[in-house]
Amino acid sequence: MILKAESIAKRYFRKTGEANYFYAVKPVDLTLESGTVTVLMGRSGSGKTTLLNMLSGLLWPSEGQLWLGETNVYSLDDWRLSRLRNEQIGVVPQGRSAIDTLTVMENVLLPGALYGKADKTGMARKWLEEMGIGHLADARPGELSGGELRRMAIARAMTMNPQVILADEPTGDLDDENTALVLNAFRTAASQGKIVFLVTHETDALRYTDRAFQMDAGEIQLVK
Amino acid sequence: MKRISLPWKNLIRKPGRTCALVLLTAFLALSVFGGSLVVLSLRSGLNSLEARLGADIIVVPASATSKINVQELLLQGTTGTFYMNAANLKRAAEVNGVEKLAAQTFLASLKAECCSSKVQVIGFDPKTDFIVQPWIAQSLAHELGEGEVVVGSKVEAEVGETIRLYNARCKVAARLSPTGTGLDTAVYCSHVTMKMLLKAAEDKGISHKVTSDSDDLISAIYVKVKDGYDIDEVTGNLNLHVRKVSAVRTKSMITDVSDSLAAVSGTVTLLIIAVWVLAFIILLIAFAMISNERKREFAVLRLVGTSRRMLSRMVLAESALSSFLGALAGIGVAAAVVLPFATLIETSLNLPYLTPGTGTVLLLALGTLIATVFIGSLASAFAAFRLSRIDPGAILREGN
Repeated sequence: MILKAESIAKRYFRKTGEANYFYAVKPVDLTLESGTVTVLMGRSGSGKTTLLNMLSGLLWPSEGQLWLGETNVYSLDDWRLSRLRNEQIGVVPQGRSAIDTLTVMENVLLPGALYGKADKTGMARKWLEEMGIGHLADARPGELSGGELRRMAIARAMTMNPQVILADEPTGDLDDENTALVLNAFRTAASQGKIVFLVTHETDALRYTDRAFQMDAGEIQLVK
Repeated sequence: MKRISLPWKNLIRKPGRTCALVLLTAFLALSVFGGSLVVLSLRSGLNSLEARLGADIIVVPASATSKINVQELLLQGTTGTFYMNAANLKRAAEVNGVEKLAAQTFLASLKAECCSSKVQVIGFDPKTDFIVQPWIAQSLAHELGEGEVVVGSKVEAEVGETIRLYNARCKVAARLSPTGTGLDTAVYCSHVTMKMLLKAAEDKGISHKVTSDSDDLISAIYVKVKDGYDIDEVTGNLNLHVRKVSAVRTKSMITDVSDSLAAVSGTVTLLIIAVWVLAFIILLIAFAMISNERKREFAVLRLVGTSRRMLSRMVLAESALSSFLGALAGIGVAAAVVLPFATLIETSLNLPYLTPGTGTVLLLALGTLIATVFIGSLASAFAAFRLSRIDPGAILREGN
């Protein structure tokens, strides 16, 4: 399985300046393969999250195409694309991404509940334990710290056993110990044949990766 | 966990927000169910009154019109006593166009030791009557005998019991079904019994005699006009040919009541419309505010694979559920306020008021429920549409 971006780019219109639009992400060719961990680094505002959102099917590109295996991702209608994201792409977004009215366990089970999948409680419990927050399964998100919420989001992305894992600053709120725990989990997932793509500021993450890119002003460069 | 349980979980785990939405829709349901029930009851009361009146013209002594409000007495059954000579019946019969006549004699009982309660006693001749007899016949198989009375639905006496009127004991032979008017508190008897009661009243020192013989006393003549005759013309002729009487078209009395009813109905309907428009706008704003507050939550749902349609359905299901709960609460409160206090509403409006049957009330409740859920869902539809088109990536980055 591969996730392949062909000249994928995102343009935004603006009212001022010389041009009436600017590129948040300039045309990018990127191929992510099974069994690899790829890291994207770069300054804030360089376009990393925009690229990740396009790779996850959340943000429609202005140009280019995205392939997941044989599937042209952006040719799918909303229902099929949503279902593909649900089943094959696990996304860990930046910041808080919990639903406050659900417990931690329910948040983790949420993707599995959408399309009437087989009960994923066992997997959810396993991943909560793996992330060190098994004891918080019945707690509400409001009772969790930023780091615990981040690990909950990772457990949620992993529980569906997706082919692709896309994580935006997954270690942002974590201490060294939990950073190592999370990066190890991603490394293990890759070794099980998953495609792992991480957006991070952590230079430590480079130790766990197969390839690394640097992003600057919407352009990416291979650095490892 | 199932997807279908998400809206319910969202509602019960955010009790403050849910209560506000439920209260708003409850207010909506309360206004439409309560208001419509009052309007329906008024219409039902008027229909019942029209059906029971059965006469085209009513003739009363001219002096009666200055003493009391004859319309209220005849239509609402308020207590009153006035008499004229029974010879007027014969004179009225001679007027061209009169098909049949029925005389009634009124006697107001007292709120005193001699009487069980203060009621309007109406005496009639079972042989010639076409006003009271048809609806008495629905409750009583035999002809009303001497000393027997038929009571209105609100008179506190059971069939078989006796009631005391000026110390005379009368047996309750039947009870009439409700009319929604003051006539429900009246007591009906034959002329023979009425003579006995007039005598009893006289013995108590209450005399209204206009002639030397109580046989000659009547209070009102009900006239049915022959087909093909102009009722207004017959009314005029009665006023012309029968001395010291006032003949009035019943339709004009009904029209007066109907006009009052139309005014009340119009006001209630306007109020309902105003409440609905206002509540709809408030709901629109509330849903827009709530959806803004919950943007991040919906972005997460999109992130984990919720389709636009699914997301819209979730929002609509949540609002339909809260509207349903609100509608149930509103209907419940309205039923608890309007149904048990029918008499109080009738008295304060001074209009015929008859609560419709259980089937109609249930249908009205169902209609209110459907309309409230529809309006609640409609108000959230815009928010649902907007939310389904959010950019989850951009929202999740906000505030980081």
